[in-house]
Amino acid sequence: MSAGTYAPAPGAAPAARMVLRHARLELTGLLRNGEQLLLTLVIPTLLLVLFTTVEVVDLGPGSRVGFLVPGILALAVMSTAFTAQAISTGFERRYGVLKRLGATPLPRWALLTGKTLAVVAIEVGQLVLLVSVAVVLGWDPQRVSWLAVGVLLLLGTAAFSGLGLLMAGTLRAEATLALANLVYLLLLLAGGIVVPLDRFPAAVRPALELLPSTALADGLRTATSGGGLATGPVLVLLAWAAVSLGAAAATFRWE
Amino acid sequence: MPAVEVRDLVVRYGTVTAVDRLSFIAASGQVTAVLGPNGAGKTTTVETCEGYRRPDAGEVRVLGRDPRRDAGDLRPRVGVMLQDGGVPSGARAMEVLRYTAGLYAHPLPVEALAERIGVATLGRTPYRRLSGGQQQRLKLALAVVGRPELVFLDEPTAGLDPQSRHATWDLVRELRADGVSVVLTTHLMDEAEELADHVVIVDRGRVVVAGSLVELTTAGAEDSLRFHGPAGLGLASLRTALPEGCLVSEPTPGSYRVEGEVGPQLLATVTAWCAAHGVMPEGLTVGRRRLEDVFLELTGREVR
Repeated sequence: MSAGTYAPAPGAAPAARMVLRHARLELTGLLRNGEQLLLTLVIPTLLLVLFTTVEVVDLGPGSRVGFLVPGILALAVMSTAFTAQAISTGFERRYGVLKRLGATPLPRWALLTGKTLAVVAIEVGQLVLLVSVAVVLGWDPQRVSWLAVGVLLLLGTAAFSGLGLLMAGTLRAEATLALANLVYLLLLLAGGIVVPLDRFPAAVRPALELLPSTALADGLRTATSGGGLATGPVLVLLAWAAVSLGAAAATFRWE
Repeated sequence: MPAVEVRDLVVRYGTVTAVDRLSFIAASGQVTAVLGPNGAGKTTTVETCEGYRRPDAGEVRVLGRDPRRDAGDLRPRVGVMLQDGGVPSGARAMEVLRYTAGLYAHPLPVEALAERIGVATLGRTPYRRLSGGQQQRLKLALAVVGRPELVFLDEPTAGLDPQSRHATWDLVRELRADGVSVVLTTHLMDEAEELADHVVIVDRGRVVVAGSLVELTTAGAEDSLRFHGPAGLGLASLRTALPEGCLVSEPTPGSYRVEGEVGPQLLATVTAWCAAHGVMPEGLTVGRRRLEDVFLELTGREVR
């Protein structure tokens, strides 16, 4: 490089370009990480196939796959927006990546927008894969309100992103890793995803119904069986999103 | 306008005062080294200039602006190399470089920069698999890729092999030649001696002395002669051998100083005395100190 190469010429790139650049970096990072792919693609697909073809739990009357598809879609959103995002952001914080980005022209809102775009891109991939597998397994998507599904997936993404960022921004990276996986497992089993709520004692059911995973899965069950957009789950998800995003914004530590 | 102006800065962590009324100026277009032992408050000072810490008292101006209030204006203009971390461990070298370049309006050409810092052939290697030297050089490249007016380098050569250190030093000199202001922290004397136009020696959160390299190494050194040898030499016979009015002292163990009218005769007397006592006068200098001597005299030899 010749004389004058480093002559100062400072300036930030246009905001839209920064957001897209960041989304691409996040997406490449998530797609390259084997554990993350296991969580976001392999486990939901395997569970869908396994629970549809083998009677692991009694899913009640009606089509087994019809019950499972909404639950597994909720699981997919949870795995990407919550577990994967919490873990990757927790380690970014630990390795000083967020601190270093704070010294670049990338504003925080652009960083978070980029992250969200990457999460949504993964979710679109999950949706395509899981719906295709479900159709092969005999699922009939004729009565699905795709608009209602879209609204619910976005609300679920907001609620679970808020919870993931709340965890990543306050806990140590290792604690986030452990806790995010534990919550994933608990909600998978008791959050209305693969086990119908009427399998649980009546006393705990009202509490389980207020879980974000239950709200998302129930809302999706209504939306995929001709019922359109149900108000109850929408309100529960809105509340979770408002509280978790508000708490994350108030407590997030960038270093 | 100076590149950096720090006035009476105080930064506390709980009850610990890390920076205690520290002041210095880094001139525009120059290399300023903030030199001090570990724990002296160098990183805290630089991170306050970078906008990461809020001063508990005092004032910091970077390119004439407030690092926190005017962060949006300063970020594109200031390059930062942190002491630890900052790069996702799984990201590939060229990917990180290209991504960072993409955040700026007029970045340096990425391929040429990668070539220059010797990571061009490692483009697909994840950051965690790079050697320490390669990681440090990549971080340096990330600090300069946006063509900043000012760069902060926090211990840029810590733990590097000689080749990597020289590559880093060359790049710092090129930055200065092209008009970029550089503020670096270091605890390495030779790094400050090699690079700095201006040296600020910091200890226990305060500036103990600041000046150009020549000012620091010649101040109080006129008509004196210094050498190193075993600690605790009996100096009485040397005093007798020297002409009337000469002072002999051992300011720090093993470091000797003779003050008086230094001339060829005095030099011959000292070396003859050394020869007679079987002492090799290492680092024998006349009228000028090494930066290390200045540093140790001011900060002491106590290991912290």
